Amino acid sequence: MSSIPADINIINHDAHAHEHHDTGGDTVFGFWLYLMTDCLLFASFFATYAVLYMNTAGGVSGKDIFELDFVAVETAALLLSSITFGFAMISAHAQKKAATLTWLAVTFAFGVVFISMEVYEFHHLISHGNGPQRSAFLTSFFSLVGLHGLHVTAGLIWMATMMIEVSRRGLKPATVTRLSCLSLFWHFLDVVWICVFTVVYLMGVM
Amino acid sequence: MSLLGKLTLDAIPFHEPILMVTMAVVVIAAALIAALVTKYKKWGVLWHDWITSIDHKRLGVMYIILALIMLFRGFSDAIMMRAQLALATGGATGYLPPEHYDQIFTAHGVIMIIFMAMPFMIGLMNIVLPLQIGARDVAFPFLNNLSFWLTAGGAILINISLFCGEFAKTGWVAYPPLSEMSFSPGVGVDYYIWALQISGIGTLLTAVNFLVTVFKMRAPGMRLMQMPIFTWTCTWANILIAASFPILTAVLTMLTLDRYLDFHFFTNEAGGNAMMYINLFWAWGHPEVYILILPAFGIFSEVISTFTGKRLFGYKSMVYASGAISILGFIVWLHHFFTMGSSANVNAFFGVMTMVIAVPTGVKLFNWLFTIYRGRLRITVPVLWTLGFMVTFTIGGMTGVLLAIPGADYVLHNSLFLIAHFHNTIIGGAVFGYLAGFAFWFPKAMGFKLHEGWGKASFWCWLIGFFVAFMPLYVLGFLGMTRRLNHTNNPDWNIWLYIAFVGAVIIMFGILFQVVQLIVSFKNREALKDTTGDPWNGHTLEWSTSSPPQYYNFATIPHVHDIDTWTDMKEKGQAYQQKSSYAPIHMPKNTAAGVMMSACFTTFCFAMIWHIWWLAIVGVIAGITVFFKRCYTSDVDYYVQPEEILEIESAHNASATTFNQGKEFSA
Repeated sequence: MSSIPADINIINHDAHAHEHHDTGGDTVFGFWLYLMTDCLLFASFFATYAVLYMNTAGGVSGKDIFELDFVAVETAALLLSSITFGFAMISAHAQKKAATLTWLAVTFAFGVVFISMEVYEFHHLISHGNGPQRSAFLTSFFSLVGLHGLHVTAGLIWMATMMIEVSRRGLKPATVTRLSCLSLFWHFLDVVWICVFTVVYLMGVM
Repeated sequence: MSLLGKLTLDAIPFHEPILMVTMAVVVIAAALIAALVTKYKKWGVLWHDWITSIDHKRLGVMYIILALIMLFRGFSDAIMMRAQLALATGGATGYLPPEHYDQIFTAHGVIMIIFMAMPFMIGLMNIVLPLQIGARDVAFPFLNNLSFWLTAGGAILINISLFCGEFAKTGWVAYPPLSEMSFSPGVGVDYYIWALQISGIGTLLTAVNFLVTVFKMRAPGMRLMQMPIFTWTCTWANILIAASFPILTAVLTMLTLDRYLDFHFFTNEAGGNAMMYINLFWAWGHPEVYILILPAFGIFSEVISTFTGKRLFGYKSMVYASGAISILGFIVWLHHFFTMGSSANVNAFFGVMTMVIAVPTGVKLFNWLFTIYRGRLRITVPVLWTLGFMVTFTIGGMTGVLLAIPGADYVLHNSLFLIAHFHNTIIGGAVFGYLAGFAFWFPKAMGFKLHEGWGKASFWCWLIGFFVAFMPLYVLGFLGMTRRLNHTNNPDWNIWLYIAFVGAVIIMFGILFQVVQLIVSFKNREALKDTTGDPWNGHTLEWSTSSPPQYYNFATIPHVHDIDTWTDMKEKGQAYQQKSSYAPIHMPKNTAAGVMMSACFTTFCFAMIWHIWWLAIVGVIAGITVFFKRCYTSDVDYYVQPEEILEIESAHNASATTFNQGKEFSA
């Protein structure tokens, strides 16, 4: 499950006639809680990586396969996409539809760059016989990085959906709430990537 | 590659008479139910009022129906095992061949924990929690419906495995390397993985949903430390679910990758580490037992304070003790495998932490005793379950402290002593608690009380049956009998195995009497009708509504000044106040999206189990499509009009006040 519906929260806290509460707050809070559970999912994969990364079974280790220059560019793309998403949210709160869509498109492009580079890296490793089936180290590496990559892909699909929604419906409160959730999701993936970059790549080449 | 993957006609166990008879019975029963529904023209009601309902009360009822059905299934497994072990002594082979027996003990464990206890707990929470905090529903009603159907999807998968293929033969923990492809090449472990995965995600969504509900939707005036105790213990359980179920999701995903894509997380080859699975499994599994027991503690607290007519003793210490148990529950997982070979210091740490849990649990026990002290305890069915729990659970807790000593654990590990211990706490704690809650809140959910006599008969059968069935297992553990044996050849064990079987039969009567109780109560529902909505002189807000509650729960949201809000309102004469007019109430509409999404994802899981790749892709795309459609549907809500509210409220207040005339409220 990579996304919780930005459900329209219907139940009012109080009974006054036709008084629409801003229940978007509940949705964002619920999404926060979901992100914390997702964080634990990642934590489990990090723990497993930490236990298995030395079990190379006579194959390659992190030192042999990680190219920091390449990963640095990948990282830069993702970090920049977080900033541009920030701009998108500022525009959304200011009800600037065109600017929101532009910034979302820029963010989307950075995301695609990131994912493409990751796919290239995976392809490169597998084609050299260093696929996840080779050793427990590669199993845990592919799973941890791949889990993050799947999340980013889901985020991109969600972002594409939101771009259509914004262009068709404009920036109504429900749409801004959904954008806020996606924004949290996107920044969260950035934070996770910083951990991946540190624990897997930087510590791997040391 | 065939169009149906690994699925062929051989998957149907024609050569197993027990399974074929069971299958026939299930098919006939299903046909009978379908015929009855058709005869009374209830398909529309079933679909519009139940299956597509997003009303937390109805979802709660459906959860409990699921739990009771799975209780029958799980208990059938249990009594088959006891019968096998009573027959297969002295070198006899019994009637269950090992490969069938192994599936039964695996299914028994998975079903009882995941598909009986969890739905029972979540069902009671669904019915009661929003009412207790004065909310009109949960924060995300559609998500609540989806959660239920995901859980049901898992239950359906596990039952399909009975007649199509096989179930895991690994024990309910499915430890690798046994659960890896090299040792379990069949579909059994795959059924296990996908059934747990889909229901686990449902449970996780429930926890998020109820946490938002509790933190954001309490009635005005209700501070956190004024929430009813059952709401509090459920909240702790939800925090535990949110913090532990992702680990289960992760570890099952890893096992999936090992089995499907030849990864090496837990394999013997290429540097895999099976102990990593066992650690992660119990990092979920231990908090899981507290997820089961904490809400039960909450139920006992509500029952004891209601039926002594007193305020709960030590409310604050109850809340803090639950919190302490929740946190400690996360740092004890290693006691499930002291024999892993950690250093003495590591084992000592986990042993001590395990024993420390006895302290907050003891606090609770004394709180219940002090609540009874100088109260006027009415010995009703819920109270009997509570008293039975207090005795039984204390014994189970003490054997747990014994097992927490690493040295003793090296001897008792994997023996029937362990089996006796955890049944002692789960039956004597969680199950007794849910059954107490069932009797306690049944009139609230259904509008009529349960028959007392049959309830008491059932309780005594359960209690006596439990002791007769499980005390011998402690002895057998000391005598060296290990768990999961298919047949035995030790004359010293025989007598205890016979006694344990008799105990299981007594429990069977307990379950039968519960069925009788339901039938008798339904037949006498007019006589047992709860006209006031407050049959026990309750303390908390759920008793201020009619029975069953108005679908919008509260016409006007009450203002809370006390932990025992309803008692407070009754004392101040604010109960059953009729208003001349009401404001319209904003409500969500029912939706079929939840059940359809679950159907798609369950199909996806089934296809994955049998390697039917095209169907898996279709299933997942269909599920996501339904989800998107739901997201872009705007017709999701409506307003209940004041005239309708006025009519419903007048009827409730009139019948409650008529009944209460001349009767004084006492706190």
